[in-house]
Amino acid sequence: MNESETAKNIPEPAAPRRAVALISGGLDSMLAVRVMQQQGIYVEGINFYTGFCVEGHTQAIRTSGGSDEKRNSALWVADQLGIRLHIIDVIEAYKPVLLAPRHGYGSNLNPCLDCKIFMLKKAKEWLEANGFDFIITGEVVGQRPMSQLAAKLRIISKKTELEDLLVRPLSGKHLPETLPEREGWIKREGLYDFNGRSRKPQIALARAFGFSDWSTPAGGCCFLTDENYSRKLRDLWQAQGERRYELDDIMLLKVGRHLRPLPEFKLLIGRDEGESNFLYGYRKQFITLDIVSHNGPITLIDGTVDATTLHLAARIAARYSQGHASDSVVVNVRRLDGSESTLMVVPLPKDEVNPAWMI
Amino acid sequence: MDDLSAAVAATPLPELNLRRLLCPLPVIRLEQYVAAHPEVTQLRVVATDPGVKHDIPVWCRMNGHRVIALSEADGEIIQLIQIGSL
Repeated sequence: MNESETAKNIPEPAAPRRAVALISGGLDSMLAVRVMQQQGIYVEGINFYTGFCVEGHTQAIRTSGGSDEKRNSALWVADQLGIRLHIIDVIEAYKPVLLAPRHGYGSNLNPCLDCKIFMLKKAKEWLEANGFDFIITGEVVGQRPMSQLAAKLRIISKKTELEDLLVRPLSGKHLPETLPEREGWIKREGLYDFNGRSRKPQIALARAFGFSDWSTPAGGCCFLTDENYSRKLRDLWQAQGERRYELDDIMLLKVGRHLRPLPEFKLLIGRDEGESNFLYGYRKQFITLDIVSHNGPITLIDGTVDATTLHLAARIAARYSQGHASDSVVVNVRRLDGSESTLMVVPLPKDEVNPAWMI
Repeated sequence: MDDLSAAVAATPLPELNLRRLLCPLPVIRLEQYVAAHPEVTQLRVVATDPGVKHDIPVWCRMNGHRVIALSEADGEIIQLIQIGSL
């Protein structure tokens, strides 16, 4: 056998198989990636931005919170794992998922099952466009009632047509064998058998991997699981007379106190300096009330007002200023055409703020 | 700001306006811009979300770019980015 024949018979080292991981920024997807990395898989992450992610926004808007905490968890996780992350804007594509979910909502306006199917279909498109081999998620059997029961995981796999290509490393031993296992790209014995809502196995694995910090968002990573946020979104749709939204709408639902004294208008009142600064950026899109005689938050009026209801709105705004106990408060009114005027009002007494106004 | 950063700050550069965008939109818009403008080697980005002070350097690092200067004034965060510097 000559040298060239020898070289021809030596198989070239196989290029590592490539997986794309759905990175939420939480612990489970972080662990799932590390499990696959330990099996020699090259991983890149994707994170879909729907507009409803808890991520960052409120940290950035509100004054409190400390600058050290203002980071995108998904980017931070990817950085810890040493992988690339692609954050993909799906704001428009996501609208039908929220507005008309085929599998319905959870306890609030969270269409978790449809959302998961949507994201995995998007991930499949990305996988095919970028020549990757399979998809990883951090899903755990039985962890979430709407989208992670074993039966639901099978529905998700089937509806996304990803049955063979979807690997859930944290619960893989509870699930049917996948193509990467059959092909020998990954070993089943290297997968885990996590099951249920307990976080103890994940925390133990995180410690075993040497992770000392991870994100633990209370109530999940989506505003749609939040009762208060969902109530505001329903109110928006009711006031509009139809179910639709734009990005600014859903951003503003995250900010300030929302009061609807009358069906015709809603008030958005900043709760701190950060929120007032954020709302100030919308002053050209809303009638704006600014307390000038005292310190106080900015107030946006979303809807239509006449002289009488504008006066009521100004009294409510004054109620949330430092002049709330004063005999009168001066309020600057800026209209949509840019014209300004001032009102002198008596702040609405606390007991006249109808709790039913609070959205 | 060091000498290099000051020099870059004084150089006319393409500027990406990310003002009023909140996390993660600044990173999304930056990635879209860089993908659509392969001819750009240096870029100035201006944002108001304080999260960009963490997120943009991380995004740059994982994509082979580098933030070479950062300054903050009047609520605006300005970062000068060297594209493909690593």
